[in-house]
Amino acid sequence: MAAASGTESLVTLLSRAGEDLAAGWVDRVSSSLGGRVSKAEVESELRELYTALLAALRQESVDVYGEAFGELRALLTELSRSRARQGFSPTETALSVFSLKQALEPVLSDGNEDDVRAYLQLSSLLDGLGLFTIEAYTRTREELIAAQAEQLLELSTPVVKLWDGVIGVPLVGTLDSARTMVVMEKMLQSLLDTGSEQAIIDITGVPAVDTEVAQHLLKTVVAARLMGAECTISGIRPQIAQTIVALGIDFGDIATKATLADALRHALRRAGTTLSTTSGTGVAR
Amino acid sequence: MTEPAVLSITGNNGVVMARQTVRSLAQDCRLSLVEQTKLVTAASELARNALIYGGGGTMTASIVDEFGRRGVRVVFADQGPGIADVDLALTDGWTSGNGMGLGLSGSRRLVDDFVLDSAVGRGTTVTITKWAR
Ligand SMILES: Nc1ncnc2c1ncn2[C@@H]1O[C@H](COP(=O)(O)OP(=O)(O)OP(=O)(O)O)[C@@H](O)[C@H]1O
Ligand SMILES: [Mg+2]
Repeated sequence: MAAASGTESLVTLLSRAGEDLAAGWVDRVSSSLGGRVSKAEVESELRELYTALLAALRQESVDVYGEAFGELRALLTELSRSRARQGFSPTETALSVFSLKQALEPVLSDGNEDDVRAYLQLSSLLDGLGLFTIEAYTRTREELIAAQAEQLLELSTPVVKLWDGVIGVPLVGTLDSARTMVVMEKMLQSLLDTGSEQAIIDITGVPAVDTEVAQHLLKTVVAARLMGAECTISGIRPQIAQTIVALGIDFGDIATKATLADALRHALRRAGTTLSTTSGTGVAR
Repeated sequence: MTEPAVLSITGNNGVVMARQTVRSLAQDCRLSLVEQTKLVTAASELARNALIYGGGGTMTASIVDEFGRRGVRVVFADQGPGIADVDLALTDGWTSGNGMGLGLSGSRRLVDDFVLDSAVGRGTTVTITKWAR
């Protein structure tokens, strides 16, 4: 749109509406947020937006992505981020922008052509700004989700010391490439830190072992071997065992055990530790 | 018969969703734990093939009732390059990428019915069924 389209009548309208407009806008926004943000806070947010909007319009600009609107965009980004973090919906967030339209309606003087044109101009501007807000909101949500996924990744892959020289890696859930990387790194580091030469990877919590999971497990075992450590895979439940066989996966010479206890006994035997039960019967030599 | 569940597989998340959808149908259909696991694993393989080789696709899963038998049927369809040599693709250990080459051949062993329909340049459809015993 050419600058000649003029924003003076819109600036005039907004300045004339002044305090009434601001109050109406604040009311609408704070009620749409259901009182979860204090009215004083809403008021100061909106006042900043209002000032930035007027400043942009005074530069005769209606290009939402143009330089004149830089300040306003920065404010809207900030607002969207804080709403997204506080758990507001995209609608609730965008209403902060859109409700300026409704707030303006009562202050339009009847049938004044300039007012109507100014209102339409503002309306299309606010549409653009509202969409910008939703985009900023979505970006923040995506960042939040990615951060949570990363935390979950860390959380769900603990490495525990089971015995002198034996570490355990309990796996729960899906084992995709990203998980495998984390598991492998953590396991190799723990082998080094604890000076262990035996690792037990327990897959009791893995619901299905397909070729992808199997490939990841095999890679992990090979990496451990390169460090001079041996892995045992435990927690292979009957349904998993039958599926692995039907699928045709060959674990080669990798030790596999039904339970973690079996695997620990096996690992200790390989590590040269002797165990005996309280009844005196040796279970490992 | 229930409404079929339709899912689009456009990313890794689609593969996860495919497994979950099939598992819940298998439970509804009262498949045994072993049968459930076999079907879910086959679905995981075929969903990943549709994603990796087919460039994404769809999965349609439903409970079927035929000749007094109840089972779960899952159809994977993609509009990818198709498979030029089906026999080769179904050979244990053959892969054009860096997989184990067991997804297709293994899936066939994991289910009761397996129909592979592929045309070069048009895409691939794999239909699998697992019957309740
Ligand atoms: N939907 C498909 N579209 C095109 N080609 C496919 C499709 N599915 C399988 N193929 C071809 O068939 C080959 C064998 O598939 P298969 O699933 O058995 O092994 P893979 O995917 O290579 O390895 P993995 O054992 O990890 O599944 C693939 O390497 C690929 O070339
Ligand atoms: Mg495959």
